Amino acid sequence: LLSPLQVQTAALPILSVFPSRALVDEKFKVLVENLPPGCPVTIHSLHHSEDQDYWEAYGHYISDDRGKVSVSDDLSFGGTYTGKEPMGLLWSMRPVLGSRKGLRLRKMNVCTPMLMDISVYSRHDGFRDQAPLASVLIERWYMAPGVRRIDIRERGVRGTLFIPPGPGPFPGLLDMWGGGGGLLEYRSALLASHGYVSLALEYFSPGQLQTADLEFNYFETAFNIVKDHPQVMPHRVGIFGLSLGSIVTMALAVESRIVRPRCCVCISGNHCFPPGRTLAGITGEVDMNYDKVRVDENNYHIWRDVGLAIMKEPSSKLDMGKINCPILLVNGHDDQNWPTVESAEDIAEMMRAAGKEHLLTRLEYPDTGHLIEPPFSPHFRATNFIVNLTKEKVIMLWGGQTKPHSDAQEDSWRRILTFLQQHLYCSPSPKARL
Amino acid sequence: MDRKQCCVKLSVQPSRGLMDEKFIVLVQNVWPGFQLTVHALHQCEDGHSWEAFGHYAADATGTVNVSEDPSLGGTYSGVEPMGLLWSLRPVPGSKPGLRMRKMNVQTPMEVTISVYQGHQTEGFVDQVPLAGVLVERWYMAPGVRRIPITEGGLTATLFLPPGPGPFPGLLDLWGGGGKLVEYRASLLASHGIASLALDYLTPKITIETRKMVGIEYFETAYRVLQQHPQVFSSRIAMLGLSFGTSITLKMAAYSEVVKLRCAVCVSGSHVQPVDGSVEQILGYFHKNGGKTRFSEENEAIWRDLLLPIPTDSSLKVDVGRLQCPLLLVVGEDDQNWPAYESAMDMKEMMERAGNSHLLTILSYPNAGHLIEPPYTPHARSSFFRTVNTREKMMALWGGETVAHSRAQEDAWRKTLVFLRENLF
Repeated sequence: LLSPLQVQTAALPILSVFPSRALVDEKFKVLVENLPPGCPVTIHSLHHSEDQDYWEAYGHYISDDRGKVSVSDDLSFGGTYTGKEPMGLLWSMRPVLGSRKGLRLRKMNVCTPMLMDISVYSRHDGFRDQAPLASVLIERWYMAPGVRRIDIRERGVRGTLFIPPGPGPFPGLLDMWGGGGGLLEYRSALLASHGYVSLALEYFSPGQLQTADLEFNYFETAFNIVKDHPQVMPHRVGIFGLSLGSIVTMALAVESRIVRPRCCVCISGNHCFPPGRTLAGITGEVDMNYDKVRVDENNYHIWRDVGLAIMKEPSSKLDMGKINCPILLVNGHDDQNWPTVESAEDIAEMMRAAGKEHLLTRLEYPDTGHLIEPPFSPHFRATNFIVNLTKEKVIMLWGGQTKPHSDAQEDSWRRILTFLQQHLYCSPSPKARL
Repeated sequence: MDRKQCCVKLSVQPSRGLMDEKFIVLVQNVWPGFQLTVHALHQCEDGHSWEAFGHYAADATGTVNVSEDPSLGGTYSGVEPMGLLWSLRPVPGSKPGLRMRKMNVQTPMEVTISVYQGHQTEGFVDQVPLAGVLVERWYMAPGVRRIPITEGGLTATLFLPPGPGPFPGLLDLWGGGGKLVEYRASLLASHGIASLALDYLTPKITIETRKMVGIEYFETAYRVLQQHPQVFSSRIAMLGLSFGTSITLKMAAYSEVVKLRCAVCVSGSHVQPVDGSVEQILGYFHKNGGKTRFSEENEAIWRDLLLPIPTDSSLKVDVGRLQCPLLLVVGEDDQNWPAYESAMDMKEMMERAGNSHLLTILSYPNAGHLIEPPYTPHARSSFFRTVNTREKMMALWGGETVAHSRAQEDAWRKTLVFLRENLF
């Protein structure tokens, strides 16, 4: 306990996070100053999600001889992450003790930022017993200032279009998520913040994959909505997909006679799209092989063997040798939902045989699961999912270990943006113009 | 062949920043050696448009980095990372005598940064830029709470930093123009200091009673801050600019109630009738009104009203009595107050009294009167209405834009360091 005089003169810890308002894929610097030297502290992050759950992360630090802790430069000695991890306070977040099971953190309203409390507490063990020494609030945005959000309900297509600020014209992207369905806008908002007109496409409602009216034409029309937009350069429109969205991406690139994507990004995808069939047909394949679904010791669903079975059928696969644009495949070796790496191997084989190897770039990450999202998002190893066939609510095992998975998210996003810049933004060199 | 430069990438990091934070403006994907203009456009709350621009040539990689590359001309030149903000000026055709001040601190200042082909100096609004982004500049960090204060008859706004506290406190006083000006207090709260912006010349109570406030008004403000559960009662500072300095020095030297941990006085003077009320002090200045001079452009120069610095001790705050650290910030080209001369006199007084170890003077050549937080435009003169005369005149504040802007940046940084040293 401090005497009144000591209280009067004791230094007040100073906590700062720069920048305090940032895009979700931007790094920050967390600094604590004015501590006593060699002082054990815990730095803590807390987020109250749209679904009313609490997510947190924390690291244990010791101040240096000048009373400083710099999360970017110092080592965490324990907590939800260890070591030198500038962004550990975000990517290692997990639901607080007592939360519901199988949660996944996804921002639905991208017009507002994610708010996080970053606090510094005294001590390591039992740090929560006292009020924090200091606390700041930070904002993490999916939308840069000036990005416009436009509801799309045209030509039967449902989605949201995001347009970067400025006169344009801009390259465009058709952006598709996976088998969970619904309309997820956040990746498109972020892509628009990087200079791409991006259409987040809704192609079925959650749990409605069976009955959804999913003709190939739906996706071609969506692509053309982007292509025809007055602020889009019509010959620079790419396609971006994750999981089921990747299948659609590859199908469009290979099979469509109407659309010609400039390039494709496929995360955690595969080439199992029986030619000529509709998307609902894909689920037919899955349903037929549903007996291959395994469960682990926690009763989490593992679907990768379903995929392995489907891949054994040549007629179930797209002829990737027919692709004519650059394609980037991003996969995790620990993907428990689909054998995406095996699929990538097979795709590479097909493209090699057709002399198209130069169009393929493969990124494969160790101990990384299925849900490879924009960087600094928490890792979701297993989350709630509604199975289309049975309408069962299960916990789906996506795979991955938190640290390597988070590294993969950070690394892949940077490479994805470089890939898109390379293929969709023109290079000023004369070579590129010829 | 398409000669028009396409696919120019323009980015500003951070795209949402605090008003006193630097940003990095990057132009990429242009041809090597390409000549371009980086342009900033802002429409202020009064509806006036302000612009700034710099001329650049891309390097061999087809990049322009405003933080590292020199501007070859425009509203600023040389390597000026923040030139696009501090060199903002009203667009051609604007009214004269404008001054940019944000009154609503709960919304950001929005600036459109664009890239134009070639080295342009006018007609930006008629052209389509190659690229454009929107940048937000905030006076309030996330989580800062804005609390209007009316207790004790005050007209004030308290800005509390985020977090549990307790926080050091600060009383923030502006000058002779009156009104409740919040932006500096909100910025200080964004730096962890619970700050009270105080309207002491045009508060509700003066509007209603037609009487100027007394010294008790400031002591009430101090008490309100001191007694706030989230304020550290023994760590309260005062910051005054211009006439706010007069009040700050008076409180620091003579008040039985106000016990400051430290004080910051910008562009002000210790010259005042020592036992005078606010009204009497203003009256003293007004009495010397005959010493007003006018520039060639008919701008009022008021610095002589308090010159020469009196030798009569009843006309100067006895700074020899001060017991807390004092930071004086003065512009040597201040045409409105004799801040530099006053600072020199205060130094002498404190040396004689033996408390000059408490004094720090930051004196800036070619800086004017309005030394404000950095990266906002410099007003060398503007329309001004003093509270007592109610005349609207063009006042000459002084300062040369580049030197003044550098002074603002340096003074603010050093002010924050001074406050941190003394309050935390």
